[in-house]
Amino acid sequence: MLEVKDLHVTVEGSEILKGLNLTIGAGEVHAIMGPNGAGKSTLSAVIAGKDGYEVTQGTITFEGQDVLEMEIEERARAGLLLGFQYPVEIPGVKNIYLLKAALNAKREAEGLGEIPAPEFMKLIKEKIAFMKMDASFLQRAVNEGFSGGEKKRNEILQMLVLQPKLAMLDEIDSGLDIDAMKVVAEGVNSLRAEDRGILLVTHYQRLLDYIVPDRVHVLVDGRIVKSGDAELARELEDRGYDWLLEGSAA
Amino acid sequence: MNDDVQRFLDRLAERNAARGAEPTWIAARRQAGAARFEALGFPHRRIEEWKYTDVRDIAANDFALADSAEFSPAAAAALTLPIEAHRLTFVDGVFAPALSDLGELPAGVQVVPLSKALEENHEAVGGPLGRLTGVEFSPFAALNTAFFEEGALVRLAPRTVVEKPIVLQFLSRAGEREVMSHPRILVEAGGRSQATLIEHHVGEEGAANFTNLVEEIILDRGAILTHYKLQEAPLKDRHVASIQVEQARDSRYTSFNLNLGGGLVRNDLVSDLNGEGAEATFHGLFYGQGRQHVDNHTLVNHNAPHTRSSENYKGILDDRAHGVFNGRVVVKRDSQKIESEQSNANLLLSDRAEVDTKPELEIYADDVKCAHGATTGQLDAEAVYALRARGIDEQTARGLLTLAFAGEVMELVDLDAVAERVELTVAGKLPERFNLAGLVETAAAFSED
Repeated sequence: MLEVKDLHVTVEGSEILKGLNLTIGAGEVHAIMGPNGAGKSTLSAVIAGKDGYEVTQGTITFEGQDVLEMEIEERARAGLLLGFQYPVEIPGVKNIYLLKAALNAKREAEGLGEIPAPEFMKLIKEKIAFMKMDASFLQRAVNEGFSGGEKKRNEILQMLVLQPKLAMLDEIDSGLDIDAMKVVAEGVNSLRAEDRGILLVTHYQRLLDYIVPDRVHVLVDGRIVKSGDAELARELEDRGYDWLLEGSAA
Repeated sequence: MNDDVQRFLDRLAERNAARGAEPTWIAARRQAGAARFEALGFPHRRIEEWKYTDVRDIAANDFALADSAEFSPAAAAALTLPIEAHRLTFVDGVFAPALSDLGELPAGVQVVPLSKALEENHEAVGGPLGRLTGVEFSPFAALNTAFFEEGALVRLAPRTVVEKPIVLQFLSRAGEREVMSHPRILVEAGGRSQATLIEHHVGEEGAANFTNLVEEIILDRGAILTHYKLQEAPLKDRHVASIQVEQARDSRYTSFNLNLGGGLVRNDLVSDLNGEGAEATFHGLFYGQGRQHVDNHTLVNHNAPHTRSSENYKGILDDRAHGVFNGRVVVKRDSQKIESEQSNANLLLSDRAEVDTKPELEIYADDVKCAHGATTGQLDAEAVYALRARGIDEQTARGLLTLAFAGEVMELVDLDAVAERVELTVAGKLPERFNLAGLVETAAAFSED
């Protein structure tokens, strides 16, 4: 469903991604790992359409569409959703507003009408219960005053409500204690489906004990230098990244 | 004397001749108003108080005075706030009985067109009228005093509580000739009385008139008044309001000064806290687009110890709009134990929009608690991105964030009809699917659950 070919990206004049190739099929869970500064977050940000990244070469296609030609909101409505590493606080905009506006935007793109209120309430109640969140979160401004764990749960909650085709999760495990991580992992695992792809970006192998990926890719200095199955993640846990860094420098 | 001033005085002379004899005190006030206006002339930008506001668009004009209140009932109904109320309507300053409906007023409450009050008992009006917002207040207040004919008198007997809001609706008409009106509003609230006053300025698209309003509000001991001023006049209208409030002991005055319309708008809002325990709360929101100019000058005089004031004004300026906020707080000598806080935050939605903000504190007492702050910024680009990244289009994302900015003021508005008007204007015409009323209802349904 997602195909990234020879992707080169510069940020403020310096090249971060240097010819990245990645293919994610429906039903697959991929994990991108790598040392800090390798360009992991850049990849998901470029796919989601964040400003400040210049694609100098290469293509990104999603279900046959040229992603780089799409507006940020079009990408989201097409089913490409990014869970942020640092979810932004939006004072004054209630979570419930965001969820409803986002869901209705997606439904409109799919040719469906506005979601009926009772159906929406039922859906939201079910999802917040699953994420072990209190209903009062809905009335609070998006992420305002939320703890790190609450912010990450909120990202997953949005995924559960919006049901993306490809869920990208950027360092979703950072800043979480073990209990919060289990809840988040459960949320992500519940997203696993035959028609959905999941892309996890993480620095640590720990998360992958709870969300077992089909494919693991190691990103070093803007390129994927090694790919394998879940076993590769465990190998990285044991050996670190250094052995791969040397390979890249050569 | 310059030609502009002469032109207005000529209009006044014509009007006086046409009007015939009046009670002596009224004629004397007119004369005093005219003399003061002639002496001061229109304010110019070299005067500190008017530094950012150019009134030449008013001064250079030759406004007529309206003498009919004709207005299509259907058009009026479309403009009227959908709220159950005791309502008086004025069209270009002229009282419109057909568009007014006072319903049943509680005993001890008077809501009367000023002309009628003068006709019935002019002496009872002559005492308070002009005592607060007199000819010294400003050139515009002097001009109003020279011309005044119509407006509203609101009297609340001690301990009366008016449940439904009192609405004073001012409609501006689009016509061949640009007109001016000089309405006066006089509110006398007796001890421990309580009411909500909604002043609503609105009009036909294309109207380009000049409203020069003077208001005097007298709150006796323990009286409580909530005063909404919803100004959504057509974008070529000019609107100048001079408002002075006098507060006795333990009285509470809450102002919602909501300015969405008008091409050239100037509000002067003054409250004198004259008795211990008196409290003034000023909430303000101004939203400018196109080339709108909105100037809010406020002043709180802490004339007695143990008085409190708080003020929160928010400005949103788009396109080439220009906003001004000047908030002055004066603590009189030996007015100890007073508390005052003030904040003004502004949001600039375009590079060419401008806002000038200035807090002024003058404190002549030592045991006081005063705080103020002002900020000006743009919509948070990260927040716009975060919303778009969830599929919400840019226009709606900006609308939601702009509304969120106004939220701090708007969440205190408990009249749905007022809140909705403001939300629709501020957030823009949003597509059906982002129907904010729907969102608010959904949120409410959850909190009731």
